[in-house]
Amino acid sequence: MAKRTALYQEHLNLKGKMVEFAGWEMPVQYSEGLAAEHEACRNSIGLFDVSHMGEVLVRGERALEFLNSLVTNNVAKIADNQAQYTVMCYDDGGCVDDLIIHRVNEREFFICVNASNTEKDFEWIKSHAPAGVSVEDVSRQYTQIAIQGRHAMKLLQKLTDIKTDTKLDEIKYYWFRKGRVLGEPAVIARTGYTGEDGFEIYVRWDSGPKIWNALIKEGAPLGIKACGLGARDTLRTEMKYPLYGHEIDRGLNPIEAGLGWAVKLDKPDFTGKKALVAIKEANLNRALVGLRSLGRAIPRQGYALERGGASAGIVTSGTFSPSLKCGIAIAYVDRAHSEIGTRVDVIVRDQRAEHEVVETPFYKRPY
Amino acid sequence: MEFPNDLLYTKDHEWARVLGDEAVIGITDHAQDSLGEVVYVELPKTGRTLAPHETFGVVESIKAVSDLYSPMAGTVLEANAAAASDPGMINRSPHGDGWLIRLKLTDRAALSTLMNAEDYKKYVESLK
Repeated sequence: MAKRTALYQEHLNLKGKMVEFAGWEMPVQYSEGLAAEHEACRNSIGLFDVSHMGEVLVRGERALEFLNSLVTNNVAKIADNQAQYTVMCYDDGGCVDDLIIHRVNEREFFICVNASNTEKDFEWIKSHAPAGVSVEDVSRQYTQIAIQGRHAMKLLQKLTDIKTDTKLDEIKYYWFRKGRVLGEPAVIARTGYTGEDGFEIYVRWDSGPKIWNALIKEGAPLGIKACGLGARDTLRTEMKYPLYGHEIDRGLNPIEAGLGWAVKLDKPDFTGKKALVAIKEANLNRALVGLRSLGRAIPRQGYALERGGASAGIVTSGTFSPSLKCGIAIAYVDRAHSEIGTRVDVIVRDQRAEHEVVETPFYKRPY
Repeated sequence: MEFPNDLLYTKDHEWARVLGDEAVIGITDHAQDSLGEVVYVELPKTGRTLAPHETFGVVESIKAVSDLYSPMAGTVLEANAAAASDPGMINRSPHGDGWLIRLKLTDRAALSTLMNAEDYKKYVESLK
């Protein structure tokens, strides 16, 4: 039996098409369809129920030191109320998951993890925790809502009393504050998975419907639309943001996935460091690139790449891009074929479909 | 949701309008609604022969690829070029302008395996 978020009834009210994803019953799209939702997020506001994402609380005197030994980015670099994107690796450099770590203070960290990996991540973190560090899966305590788009701040500001001492625009990208939304306690983070400005808020599970409905109502004059998992995926693909099971996975490492910026090999030892150093020194032979379809064909995950008839790589994510109005893909290619402007063929149902390696993100917001 | 009475239906959600020894084939209103916005369609060349249930092309929405299956045996007389160049037509008019192929029937045996509108409607409801 799939789990339901606190917003399940809200999705039904909005005629959401419910599908099972990572053990959760989630809306893949609502009545107006994916393209309209994608467009609303790009041009006004998209509202997402992301309560299926997991949250793990790590606390204790040595919490910072412990987390820093487990993830690739340097957790020591962030201040209280700052967030950080990072990867968590196995000894061999493969990915356990990618995460966002929120530093509440030196002894308390609030971590957002992928829905499909919540249990695995929790067990992994817990099994490595030293005495004196507590690891708690608090996923079922939070409704997480993403408010994304150029008018997101204007909307959320209306519902939050952070304005009494802080304006939302004082929360910079990848920072957060504890505040209140509609009087309910909330973690308000300036993060997102769409490429737009916006926030991800974590509120008490039961306060989810009240806050969601207020956002829908107050956002209506601004053109807000509830967005399903379909739009979430096309939006993130246009930004070339990685997704576990696609660009990163058990057998894929963050260096080749283009996440070297979040892998700090000069910090103290961490799980996977030795393997990642070796991978980096071995002169990478593949790169993760963006492809744009030059015809009408749409590349999809798992499709093979060829250049001059020889194997050249594989598509990890592919979709029709609602913003660009053509097929786009994220793909691993042999480094020799990774330069911008290189033409490669994607094999679509036994036919060669011409694609070009292009600059990413595919979409750049105009504000 | 529309279930026109003059069509025959498959469990794969294609419809066929049989007139004499020809049939026009498309995807149902339910199919286009489930798929969402159709952004690409790939159709067979004229002259290709199809067996019942043979794949004759694909429709792609933003997120997904779906195979198209021939409801019956026949030879392709025409593919709908207008729908190929404007796939949104399949969403707007699945049983009309958004038709996909026209077939010359070579064997009518498979016709009896198709559903009428009433049975197809029941079938769709049973999937919910």
